[in-house]
Amino acid sequence: MRHAAGKKRAAGPARDGKWEGGLAPATGFGPQRTGRGAEVAEEMSGGFEIEPMEQFVVRPLFGGGEIHWYTPTNVTLWLFVGVVVASALLVLGARGRAVVPTKAQSIAELSYGFVHKMIEDIAGKEGLRYFPYIFTVFMFIVTANYLGLVPYAFTTTSHLAVTGFLAVTVFLSVTVIGFVRHGLGFLKLFWIDSAPLALRPILALIELISYFVRPVSHSIRLMGNMMAGHAVIQVFAAFAGILGLGAIFPIVAIGAVYGLEVIVAFIQAYVFTILTVIYLNDALHPGAH
Amino acid sequence: MASEMNPAEAAGSTGMPQLDFSTYANQIFWLVVALVVLYFVISRVAIPRIAAVLDERRNAIASELARAEELKRKAEEAEAAYEKALAEARAEAHRIIAETKAALDEELKEAQAKAEEEIARMSAEAEERIASMRESALAHVAEVARDVAGTIVGAIMPHLLDEKEVSRAVEKRVKEVSR
Repeated sequence: MRHAAGKKRAAGPARDGKWEGGLAPATGFGPQRTGRGAEVAEEMSGGFEIEPMEQFVVRPLFGGGEIHWYTPTNVTLWLFVGVVVASALLVLGARGRAVVPTKAQSIAELSYGFVHKMIEDIAGKEGLRYFPYIFTVFMFIVTANYLGLVPYAFTTTSHLAVTGFLAVTVFLSVTVIGFVRHGLGFLKLFWIDSAPLALRPILALIELISYFVRPVSHSIRLMGNMMAGHAVIQVFAAFAGILGLGAIFPIVAIGAVYGLEVIVAFIQAYVFTILTVIYLNDALHPGAH
Repeated sequence: MASEMNPAEAAGSTGMPQLDFSTYANQIFWLVVALVVLYFVISRVAIPRIAAVLDERRNAIASELARAEELKRKAEEAEAAYEKALAEARAEAHRIIAETKAALDEELKEAQAKAEEEIARMSAEAEERIASMRESALAHVAEVARDVAGTIVGAIMPHLLDEKEVSRAVEKRVKEVSR
């Protein structure tokens, strides 16, 4: 419907020129409804653009210049804000060591118990050797995700470099753990005993491919979820900016998407962590399909 | 490289800042630093501390439960002791009642026997006395009868008076009557 209407309007000679200059087609429905096209067009001619991806740009913290590998950037800043917040929660929260916990201590204990139980349930007792690293990953991601929901914050987990590194680290460590613990027996992971013999080579190929796709899906899932939500909020926020006081729909939409993002922030951290543990379990028990 | 300095250009050139590979080395370097720091904080401070707290709590709960169990056991013991004492007291009371009753019965029986004996003795005495009285009465009767008979015989036929014969006849009659 909207598309059809857009096309019709676009065909009208008066509006055609104005719209071409400004908004991307995908975002071109708001102003027409309100009938304030002329004002909007003026704003746009003044250089207004919706830049949903602008919030993800990596910038040096101090001055301009090139980004070298050591340059402190906004990514650096928010990475360390995350480290500080997570450490504060876990270390200062549990500072009292109260038998009846305070709120912060409860959160710290719940996070601990959450990850601990996850590993124990999925990977068994041997998995608990890797608890510190998995707990670090979980706390890092969940903190980064929630910090990203603070206005003007930078979401480090919306960057493929960050999630990709985490995923590749998990992939490599799991592979190394698998071969160190089981030697060539780790390859049993790809050789499915319960399948008919004729199918096994084909299944092995599929398993092998899916094994190598793991880090890709693992990292892109997290990064895509975090990026998409923030981009959508940014788009609605830009609408709200264009519409001014009449922007009820975009503001409600921002609220709704924000609420969704609060859930997504936790779920994605949970998903990343549980996948890490599942991969770890594959390395620890490759024969158990 | 110039594209990174201008956000709009950077976004324009790649579409997504996430795919601007020139920032990857920087991001990964700082990510590693951040992860290492967080890892050390978590593995050295946070995990031991939280584990200690959880352990402590588990122990506290376990010891409290044990204490509660102990107290419950004590209460049960006390109850059992109370029940036992109550039962003993009851048994003792029963015993005392039975003993007293038996003693009383004994006494009663004794008294009864004594009374019966007394009665028997007294009745025997009475019978004896009655018998003696009767004998003496009979003796008196015989004497009186002899006297009377002697006097009558002497009055009517004085020549025939033989005191011995009269006494013998009277005694014979008296014996016949008393028989």
